[in-house]
Amino acid sequence: MKSSDLAALLDEPACDHNLKGKTGCARPTPGATAGGCTFDGAQIALLPIADVAHIVHGPSGCAGSSWDNRGARSSGPTLYKLGMTTDLSEQDVIMGRGEKRLFHAIKQAVDRYSPAAVFVYSTCVTALIGDDLEATCKAAAARWGVPVIPVDAAGFYGNKNLGNRLAGETMLKHVVGGREPEPPPVDPARPDLRVHDIALIGEYNIAGEFWNTLPLFDELGLRVLCALSGDARFREVQTLHRAEATMVVCSRAMLNVARKLNDSYGIPWFEGSFYGIRDVSAALRDFARLLDDSELTARAGALIAREEARLAAELAPWRERLRDKRALLYTGGVKSWSMVAALQDLGIHVVATGTKKSTEEDKARIRALMGEDAQMIEDGNARQLLNLAREHRADILIAGGRNQYTALKARLPFLDVNQEREHGYAGYQGMITLARQLTRALENPVWDAVRRPAPWRASPASPASGAVSETAAVAAADPIPQRLNERERAHG
Amino acid sequence: MAELLHRSKPLAVSPLKTSQPLGASLAVLGLNRAMPLLHGAQGCAAFAKVFLVRHFREPIPLQSTAMDPINSVMGADDNVIAALKTIAEKNRPAAIGLLTTGLSEAQGTDIHRMLKTFRARYPEFQAVRIVAVNTPDFDGCLESGFALAVKAMIEAWVTPAGEATTRPGRRAHQINVLCGSLLTPGDLESLRELIERFGLNPVLIPDLADSLDGHLDTEDFSPVTTGGAPLSAFATLGDAAATLVVGPSLHAAADLLEQRTGVPSHRFDHLFGLDVTDRLVATLADISGRSVPARLERQRAQLQDALLDTHFLLGQARVAVAADPDLLHALVALLAETGAEVVAAVASSRAAVLSRTPLPQIRIGDLEDLEDLARERGAELVISNSHAAETAGRLGVPLLRAGIPQYDRIGGYQRGWIGYVGGRQLLFDLANALLEQAEHGVAPYRSLYSRKSDSRQEAIHGAPQASAHFGWRH
Repeated sequence: MKSSDLAALLDEPACDHNLKGKTGCARPTPGATAGGCTFDGAQIALLPIADVAHIVHGPSGCAGSSWDNRGARSSGPTLYKLGMTTDLSEQDVIMGRGEKRLFHAIKQAVDRYSPAAVFVYSTCVTALIGDDLEATCKAAAARWGVPVIPVDAAGFYGNKNLGNRLAGETMLKHVVGGREPEPPPVDPARPDLRVHDIALIGEYNIAGEFWNTLPLFDELGLRVLCALSGDARFREVQTLHRAEATMVVCSRAMLNVARKLNDSYGIPWFEGSFYGIRDVSAALRDFARLLDDSELTARAGALIAREEARLAAELAPWRERLRDKRALLYTGGVKSWSMVAALQDLGIHVVATGTKKSTEEDKARIRALMGEDAQMIEDGNARQLLNLAREHRADILIAGGRNQYTALKARLPFLDVNQEREHGYAGYQGMITLARQLTRALENPVWDAVRRPAPWRASPASPASGAVSETAAVAAADPIPQRLNERERAHG
Repeated sequence: MAELLHRSKPLAVSPLKTSQPLGASLAVLGLNRAMPLLHGAQGCAAFAKVFLVRHFREPIPLQSTAMDPINSVMGADDNVIAALKTIAEKNRPAAIGLLTTGLSEAQGTDIHRMLKTFRARYPEFQAVRIVAVNTPDFDGCLESGFALAVKAMIEAWVTPAGEATTRPGRRAHQINVLCGSLLTPGDLESLRELIERFGLNPVLIPDLADSLDGHLDTEDFSPVTTGGAPLSAFATLGDAAATLVVGPSLHAAADLLEQRTGVPSHRFDHLFGLDVTDRLVATLADISGRSVPARLERQRAQLQDALLDTHFLLGQARVAVAADPDLLHALVALLAETGAEVVAAVASSRAAVLSRTPLPQIRIGDLEDLEDLARERGAELVISNSHAAETAGRLGVPLLRAGIPQYDRIGGYQRGWIGYVGGRQLLFDLANALLEQAEHGVAPYRSLYSRKSDSRQEAIHGAPQASAHFGWRH
């Protein structure tokens, strides 16, 4: 990919970062990097398309340590879960045999797995040696008679956000508009209902959480033409241009998709979230507003009233248990505010939230929710997160899987809210799951057990308040782990 | 003995192979207060980190030099220097493993020269030991990357006996152990205990049992490993009485160590099962001059008893195995000892040891290959990493998880496979896996002329077809 193309992608008029002259994608610091690469981001965004063969064109490192490590669910095909890679050898790289291998690899995938389409992801090595991804995919598509989509999002182009954006761009360029949707089936119970077509962008169906909200759309008479890309099929992505309204669910990095759908097809869009009662209701209202259908508005109002009343009753005992608990939230982008809302809905006090991938608008929303002096964590390495947790007397760290063991080693309760998580928190029903998982983490008796020193090593420190400070007291009493001590002594 | 069938298809499906840089990172994680640094894009480190975190359920220190398209073309030397400086300054490690990736190797990096530049420019970080290893991910696998790193550590940190004035046997009780990647932290822990029973002091290189054994430290956080082989250990290797080498992939490292120090090495392909454990125990008795403790004799007798108890199930059991070469070779040897047949064998990458593996054929390939072979040859059990769960599911046979990664089990990293005790448990687990699946005896036959009227019973006990057919429950 040309650097001018990359620069054009980084220029996103609908993104507030533009106004500040920022690229939105700061250069990582050698030796102090955190987070995935562009290839990672592209895979996160597209891998959930379930009936596609996803081929990683590169050496074994890229696919070998990353396949089958995400929680996106499919209601049907499982093809997307198969790791596929050209697994280039040294000879392939030196002799420039990458394109040829790729061409035949596509055939192999088509012959054996009959995919609806093949997506080919470039990687750093194949980008560096200059494999012509686009031409190879074009030739393969013509030869093997299946759509073959080049996803030029090599890891070293930048960070994960850029990968999301490139993925969206690729769908717009190569897939969207490829097919017209069939008329929606008629619901025999409501034959006269006027069904609207909508699309969700950035909904990945992690842990199946999209299935918490999909029944709500059914009830309202909204057909989700396509979720990009949770539980999606290639055919659905092709019809994205016929949506009457679009919601950008998770990733501002995919704003480009919504904006361009608006530019090219006049589809109105809004940004929202399915985390938290207020936000789910707001999203449903936003759809009703954009679709401008009074009957729909009435249905939405009734559904919201019913669900909110149900939740109020069902959550009451959970709220009691979670009241005044203090959470430190460290997650990216939209979740930096949408999760705040969800946690506040449960009566939890969010002491600080991560804003590494957040935009100015995200931050404005955070201030609206948490107050003007909301503590924002721009770059939270593990040490900083633990310090903040201690400073704010947090009862729990809510973050992505990579920080899970950081928290556990510090004897701090933890909840995973990123893409590897095993529970779906979206929608009204997701709030019950969230409440249950939070109490499961917070109320477990192990916290006492793991903080208790062995009886023969009783700590002289006074009883401390909060998880981390107590740990610190233990650490201060015994600065060097005993076994290391012994080992070093043995070696003299 | 085995014929190697090389990769014959352009696309790897359900890859078995994990990359060399990841294997080298793992070896570096077996050093105390260490940090692996991948010379590549930030994703190289991010993926490797997530992979290892999922397997070990531990925080994993790992960094990258953050290469981007411009410096990948124009030269990323400054990234390496800057990354080393940042880590040395911020994280105060005792050791850094500087490891290349496919990206930096394709670019043509010279990490050894850069290391010299770093030393010249930043003498204040002299105390930080740094080892540079070439580990492109378009070659080899986890095991070979691990072995390359171990060899590089010896190259960098073991001074030849003449210069260092070390002498074999000066530390009469010290036994060096070069530990291959087929050994889990659980294995290393039991190996250490076994050696200590003979009054010997084992020095494990690298020592994953001390860093990634899953222990709760008193400190709440460390940016580097909180255990592992101390760097000071390398200076003592030349004084040891002997070196044990476990895993054929470490032979090059063992040759170098022996050549540098003159300490005699005893090499073991693996430590699975009765035969090789006997040899290990005899070797330790020999080195220590002590007799074999009664406790070990008892454990040996227990393993023999387990061989008897499980042989009905394991004899002629048809097993499909996919793993890195050393582990594959070890599992084949163990299964041969039990009378089981390995009907499908897939290795992630080529290795010299595979030519000695007692099988007619081994395929270099992926889990799709394993699935095809296993189906064709009627395998009853699959042994491979967690990725093979879906494979085994489609085959309808049980999976015994071995190797890396094991992300769908807790404590896979801690499972002990070796010695009399580990071998016995392994036999039990193999047999139980088959037991759950097995259909013994003859399938029921109903005579044409039978007067048994079971239908009513079946209906009551819920045989769904019977009840639906006769409708007696309604």
